[in-house]
Amino acid sequence: MSSDLASRATQSKDISRNKKKLDGKGQFWLVFRYIALSLLFVIAALPIYIMVINSVKGITGVDQATAFIPPTSLDFGAWGPTWDILREPMFRTLWFVLQSSIISAIIGSINGFVFSKWRFKGSTVIFTTFLFGMFIPYQAIMIPLTQFNRWAGIGGTIYVLVFAHVIYGIPICTLIFRNYYQGIPNELIEAARVDGASMVTIYRSIILPLSIPGFVVVLIWQFTSAWNDFLFAIFLTGGSPKLSVATTALNFITGSGNQVYYGNNMTASLIVSIPTLLVYMFLGRYFLRGLLSGSLKG
Amino acid sequence: MSIFVYGMIGWTVKFSLSNRTSAWSVDNSFAGLANFTGLLDDPEFTHAFSNLVKFTLVFMIGTLLSGLIMALLLEKGIKGEGLFRSIYLYPMAISFIAMGTSWRWLLDSAEGEKATGINLIFHKAGLSALENSWYTSEKGSMYAMALPAIWQMSGYVMALFLAGFRGIPDDLREAARVDGASEFKIYRHILFPQLSPTFLTVLIILGHISMKVFDLIYGIAGKGYVTKVLAIYMWQVIFDFQNYAKGAAIAVIILVMIAIVVIPYLIYVNKTEEANK
Repeated sequence: MSSDLASRATQSKDISRNKKKLDGKGQFWLVFRYIALSLLFVIAALPIYIMVINSVKGITGVDQATAFIPPTSLDFGAWGPTWDILREPMFRTLWFVLQSSIISAIIGSINGFVFSKWRFKGSTVIFTTFLFGMFIPYQAIMIPLTQFNRWAGIGGTIYVLVFAHVIYGIPICTLIFRNYYQGIPNELIEAARVDGASMVTIYRSIILPLSIPGFVVVLIWQFTSAWNDFLFAIFLTGGSPKLSVATTALNFITGSGNQVYYGNNMTASLIVSIPTLLVYMFLGRYFLRGLLSGSLKG
Repeated sequence: MSIFVYGMIGWTVKFSLSNRTSAWSVDNSFAGLANFTGLLDDPEFTHAFSNLVKFTLVFMIGTLLSGLIMALLLEKGIKGEGLFRSIYLYPMAISFIAMGTSWRWLLDSAEGEKATGINLIFHKAGLSALENSWYTSEKGSMYAMALPAIWQMSGYVMALFLAGFRGIPDDLREAARVDGASEFKIYRHILFPQLSPTFLTVLIILGHISMKVFDLIYGIAGKGYVTKVLAIYMWQVIFDFQNYAKGAAIAVIILVMIAIVVIPYLIYVNKTEEANK
């Protein structure tokens, strides 16, 4: 199950057991591993490092030749003007991302319950079509989706994005909840059934209270992917400034023609990344769990 | 909901078979496979397709190797593991439109005295021979473009392998060690075979991500010709040329490529799950 997967990947191995004295060869390998790990560390951190140090050099302070070197003094000059442009799209993004995450989490939880505890005829087939849903590229439904939106009367509003992300979020949310609910013993459900509880009552009074960690995983996952999405955002809003969200606004700032304003661009990129980075820093364990459940099984 | 998505796909397929080839046309009449055969004769399309193949190869091999190396370095447990792990994985949490800004600078094509980014490092380190024009070059563009992609996905692959390694009971290793097997042999004959489901999962995930890649390339190089892949070309066909039928045909091709890879995998997963019950 995915939660086991995640805990396996996140629990640091108990190394105290191996603390017997290392011989020369063992010591060499330990040093080698540290050097290799640190090298990878530097490579992995490089892009974000560039972003951070160049965002505090002011609007004109970024010089190509010294872009690798941290500034001697902090200049937040680029932050004010960039934030002024990004403020509105950022709040708009927050608003639609929260809505779409919550809706898809609720639907995913109900679906997951049905798939894990309510075996009906054809449930495996339907579940497989759901799973394939995770892999369907956005591109495959984008064109009719715009027409559907116009028909449904939500064209030109932010609800096009809410709708798109709910639709695309349901498969993964269903999968996460299904795996999660499979850990709940069937006896519990059977006992409640014997007592005359309906499926709805069972869901409400037994399953839902146990689902909090599942909801955290799903909400974080949906939040991150909807926030970072660019393809739907640019396509479904048609690039309309009234509907610009974090990624499309950022693309507008850093897009072609503006590539010389490195201070500005780096700052804008950093600002747009901060919400998801904060979530990752504080709730990384849950983020990883969502990530690994996308892999179906280990 | 499921019906809705599949209905939409059907709609896309219908578009791809229609004559709606410009913004003014509302001609939805049936065109047969004309849009698909038209693509085969379209040099832009074949160019984008071969770019995608190159990208996919380098990206999949590179990510698999670097993720595996990260997992191998960490799997026995080491002080500071948590820190390394979180740094390797953070790229997954950031939008590629944002990271594209940094990467565009790192992969800047200027060389010599005007060099920036990675070229500057090479220049200063006396490795001028390694300086190159990265993703703007005709030949190497897709290989250069795979670098940021590898950078972004390696942590994910590491996490999958790490979970795989740690699912193998320690006794297995101990037993082999007692029998006098060398560390290398333990990995080769005992650990890796246990990980084959993980390898398969990783390949499927990387493959399907690669085929629909868009943000990553668009964030760095925009709609540039040398780095054009199917998703970028489709976007251009729809937005710039308003050719819905052709765009839909490209979308169908992307979908079919993904389905060919993913559906057998899902059937396999279902079967093993049933067998484990």
